Amino acid sequence: MLDILLAWFEGIGKRTLRFLGNMGGITLMFYRAFINIFLPPFGIKRTFKQMLVFGVESIPVVALTAVFTGMVLALQTTYEISKFGAENYIGGVVGLSMTRELGPVLTSLIVAGRVGASIAAEIGTMKVTEQIDALETLAMNPIRYLVVPRLIAGITMLPLLCALADFIGIGGGFAVSVYTYDIPSRFYMDSFQDIVGAYDLFVGLLKTIVFGAIIACVACYYGFKTSGGAEGVGRATTIAVVSSCIIILLADVLLTALFVG
Amino acid sequence: MAEKNRKIGKKVIIEASNIHKSFESPVLKGLNLKIYEGEVIVIIGRSGCGKSVFLKHIIGILKPDEGSIYYNGLNISELSEKELNDVRMDFGMLFQGAALFDSLTVKENIGFRFYEYTKMKDDEITEIVREKLQMVGLVGIEDMYPAELSGGMKKRVGLARAIASEPKVVLYDEPTTGLDPIMADVINELILKLQSELNITSVAVTHDMVSAYKIADRIAMMYDGKIIEIGTPEEIKNTDNQVVKQFITGSSKGPIDVISGK
Repeated sequence: MLDILLAWFEGIGKRTLRFLGNMGGITLMFYRAFINIFLPPFGIKRTFKQMLVFGVESIPVVALTAVFTGMVLALQTTYEISKFGAENYIGGVVGLSMTRELGPVLTSLIVAGRVGASIAAEIGTMKVTEQIDALETLAMNPIRYLVVPRLIAGITMLPLLCALADFIGIGGGFAVSVYTYDIPSRFYMDSFQDIVGAYDLFVGLLKTIVFGAIIACVACYYGFKTSGGAEGVGRATTIAVVSSCIIILLADVLLTALFVG
Repeated sequence: MAEKNRKIGKKVIIEASNIHKSFESPVLKGLNLKIYEGEVIVIIGRSGCGKSVFLKHIIGILKPDEGSIYYNGLNISELSEKELNDVRMDFGMLFQGAALFDSLTVKENIGFRFYEYTKMKDDEITEIVREKLQMVGLVGIEDMYPAELSGGMKKRVGLARAIASEPKVVLYDEPTTGLDPIMADVINELILKLQSELNITSVAVTHDMVSAYKIADRIAMMYDGKIIEIGTPEEIKNTDNQVVKQFITGSSKGPIDVISGK
């Protein structure tokens, strides 16, 4: 009996330690990458390439998600709030939901899946084929070469993607409200302007800066930790995506609590 | 065939003293080795005995748990990142799988240090890259990507990258493993040719005895985390040490007992 209990506690302890170890590792990864941003040699070409992968190439999937989210939001909410005659405020409801919460979080989750996975797989492959060691032998700091461009891409591109998602989502909501529920377009715009302020937009974009850093650092961390050939790369990719999604949602709760109001 | 007519000084260029390193289990257990300037030293030993781990200690990718590595009197494991990177400029390393950067072309791989650390013009780098490629017997592949090359070509490009910035020491991790016997011999010849042309010190790790006899000035046998025997190829061939004898003759019977899992 005691043995089972002890084993149970041991299991909890082990998992807690591993969790804390990984969180520490990710934080350290961010810290070292952040310092290296300011040290030469600056890989401007590398950074632009990552921005392209992170930002530009994510536009289609982010836009698609945003437009459907905005449409569903308007479809469902207009139906519900029309029961007490508030359907004319739908513009504000969609606008606030998109800018504060859905734009930042959905965009980040989509990008975590798309870009996080590819970062972890690429760096993981480099690790198991000794390319990371080769960088070191060529006197290049792997953090500076691999992590810094991805971190910069994350914290600059995700806010831009989010702004785009906000815009497209609000547009999707507009289309549904006006063409399905026959709400005058004036009302949609007016309620949007009344309810959504610059502060809401700012809070949403601020969140995505944090989420962008999370995606880049978590994916790089698990990429660098990869061992064990092709199977290891697969494992690193999965765990990178799952972890970054969970950490994003966790960080979202904290940031929302901090900025609510 | 290139001749082994090198001048080997008595100057110690690399010294490993009492190196201990453990991962899950101990790998290096008090390894001592002196490497002289200008020689080709080949470290032999069974797969997984820690030869590559030792090689990575020399260039500072891994740090010893105990003991120190000296390069020209500098303690490698105590250097700052910047100092270590300065020292690494004196080194070149050829990895087992060549470890070329997938996302860069052959030219960008070989010219990596020039692109990152110098303000040289693209034309000048192209010229150096072409010259290094010629040294390893390759022509006109500058703009290809590593994925388009065969195993032997990758190794040779890896070698060109290792010697691109004129290192003083070149480390070879299993230079002939995974190649057909002819390509393996081509690589051996290249190592000898570079040795005589560039006047470098070479440290190679291998379990390919044909290659070891061909290129080595001295052979060191690694076993159980230590160097247990060191000498010229002739001395190693005529050794009395049963462990070494078993290894170089490639027998499953002897003091190294694989089957019972010791």
